[in-house]
Amino acid sequence: MRILVVEDDKDVAGFVLKGLREAGHTVEHADNGRDGLFLAASENFDAIILDRMLPGGIDGLRLLETLRAQDNATPVLFLSALSQVDDRVKGLKAGGDDYLTKPFAFAELLARVEALTRRGKSDGPATKLTVGDLEMDLLSRSVRRGTQKIDLQPREFRLLEYLMRHAGQVVTRTMLLEGVWDYHFDPQTNVIDVHVSRLRQKIDKPFELPLLHTVRNAGYMLRAEEV
Amino acid sequence: METIPAPGPEPAERKPGRVKPPREARARAKPLIKSTGIRFAVTYAVVFGLSAFTLAFSLWYSTVGLLQRQVEFAILNDATALNEHYQIGGLPSLINAIHGRLTDSGDSDGIYLLLDPLGNHIIGNLDQWPQGLNQINTWYELPVTRKGVRSVSLLRAYTLSGGEQLLIGRDVSARAQLRNVMRDALLWALGLMILLGLLGAVLIRSMFRRMIRDISTTTRAIALGDLTRRIPKHGDGDEFDELAEIINDMLERISRLMDGVRQVSNAIAHDLRTPITRARTRLEDAALHAHTEEDLQSAIERAMLDLDGVVGVFEALLRIAEIEAGSRRAAFAPIDLAPMLHDIDELYRAVAEERGLILDTKIDSPLPLLGDRELVQQAVANLLDNALKFSASGTTIGFTARMEESLIEISIADSGPGISDEDRNRATERFFRAESARSTAGSGLGLALVAAVAQLHNGTLRLANNNPGLRAIITLPARRG
Repeated sequence: MRILVVEDDKDVAGFVLKGLREAGHTVEHADNGRDGLFLAASENFDAIILDRMLPGGIDGLRLLETLRAQDNATPVLFLSALSQVDDRVKGLKAGGDDYLTKPFAFAELLARVEALTRRGKSDGPATKLTVGDLEMDLLSRSVRRGTQKIDLQPREFRLLEYLMRHAGQVVTRTMLLEGVWDYHFDPQTNVIDVHVSRLRQKIDKPFELPLLHTVRNAGYMLRAEEV
Repeated sequence: METIPAPGPEPAERKPGRVKPPREARARAKPLIKSTGIRFAVTYAVVFGLSAFTLAFSLWYSTVGLLQRQVEFAILNDATALNEHYQIGGLPSLINAIHGRLTDSGDSDGIYLLLDPLGNHIIGNLDQWPQGLNQINTWYELPVTRKGVRSVSLLRAYTLSGGEQLLIGRDVSARAQLRNVMRDALLWALGLMILLGLLGAVLIRSMFRRMIRDISTTTRAIALGDLTRRIPKHGDGDEFDELAEIINDMLERISRLMDGVRQVSNAIAHDLRTPITRARTRLEDAALHAHTEEDLQSAIERAMLDLDGVVGVFEALLRIAEIEAGSRRAAFAPIDLAPMLHDIDELYRAVAEERGLILDTKIDSPLPLLGDRELVQQAVANLLDNALKFSASGTTIGFTARMEESLIEISIADSGPGISDEDRNRATERFFRAESARSTAGSGLGLALVAAVAQLHNGTLRLANNNPGLRAIITLPARRG
């Protein structure tokens, strides 16, 4: 994937660029708003990682608004030290697709960026999701693995749906909290782990090949092959 | 271009030691005109002088003026009576009447003189017509000689229908004496008044300055950093005491707020220093002693966890500050808490079951609220986090939400160690952690956030004893209509 990073802090930018390259992505970097806007508008990217406060007269919000005004729909993830709820709302209103506050874990950033690009692609109205021999019918709201039907609670269904939509990608606990429960804060208790392990009991326990994997220091991943 | 000349005669004179005196003198000269004390004093003197003058004037008018008018009245009456004698009995009757008045020993002040048309003396106790009296029907106050004695008299002349000239008067030398005495007394009094006025002004000014001085010395000391100072009260309950009390109350509140800030910053220093120290120690230890890459890796990872904890504390603090600032009220929307609470129940039920706890939930529906869904969600989640954290396996956590008249009451009760009575009031302070909770993980910010959220919604957080355990009750005003 081709990703543009607009970030003026050299250390942060260097760290993000290195990590993204290691994950196999092609990366461009701009260290101010003007260059960032120029690059974003003139070239094609799969995703943009954008700082809010930038030198060069154009801050992140202005950059994104200008971009969206040109009908450029490239997914944008804000990466900002502005952490108030209002700031997040402003970022999303301006056309941002996701908002991550600094300091951040790289695993979280990577997972979210990859989730963004996936979302950009598969907008088609799928009625069926498949991972290995696990099948989910979105119309009848039923799940089966192989020949066996699996009964899920509504919330478990949504959790599995989220994981299946991001199959093959790392999904972090905060992404699940936001995406499945609509929580925008971290509870002190390991609520997500408990729910994922319950889901795992239902979809993996009776079968030989595990599909739901725990990714250390990051989150979870649903995929057919061994990680 | 004009340049502004430097003040002072010569730049050479502006040595450090010399700069000060003229500045002080200027500072002292200015308040002399602008001083409120002087203004008070001058106002006092003017008011005092005016009232004293009014008093003196009315005194003068009611004594000397009254006497004067009485004499005039007597003369006019006399003239009318004599004129009647003349009209009825003619000249002989008039002469007779005047004669009667002159020989009447009771009225020795009377002055009469009747001249015939040619100017010859007919009767009267004056030898001749007084000098300077040349108009009739007019008041004169002239010295006359009566029986060889000169005295001041009030006189009025009439011309009778036969051409005779009649002069009627009264000796007023006694009254003139009285007037002189009065005038002297009033002049003295005026002098005394001015003196007293000035004295009073000076007194008032010094009183004023003394009262102000208490306040100004105290506030100056406070401005210089001594927050323990208070304005002394005189104990007589006057306006200045009242003012002192108000200012002292204000200072009390300021110092309480300052204490709060100091407490929080101390707590921040302590609670953040601990994990930062831990992280630093881990990293340094790894840098010095790690032999394998694995050791290094694990030390770094644990240090990162510590730092994540620090970030968490920061975020919680910022969130509380954001809530307390009240700016999120602008984003309040009408919501029903019931589905949201059911979601939380579902989220935590799994955890409770995992830990062998019973979550006993009763949620009424609907629970209409005008508020911030996300914040209430976080507040309730914090309380459930706490309850789960402090509950022993096999116990029950009660989670109820109900509508009582116009109040929504969300209560979460556990059977854990609870909070002791003396700690309960402080439990919502930032970073406060009860002794019994020291060993458990947590930042000491959870309840502070809940309290802030409740307050933002004009509600309260109440902590009560659950015998055993803690019952936390959030009360929020419900949305009307």
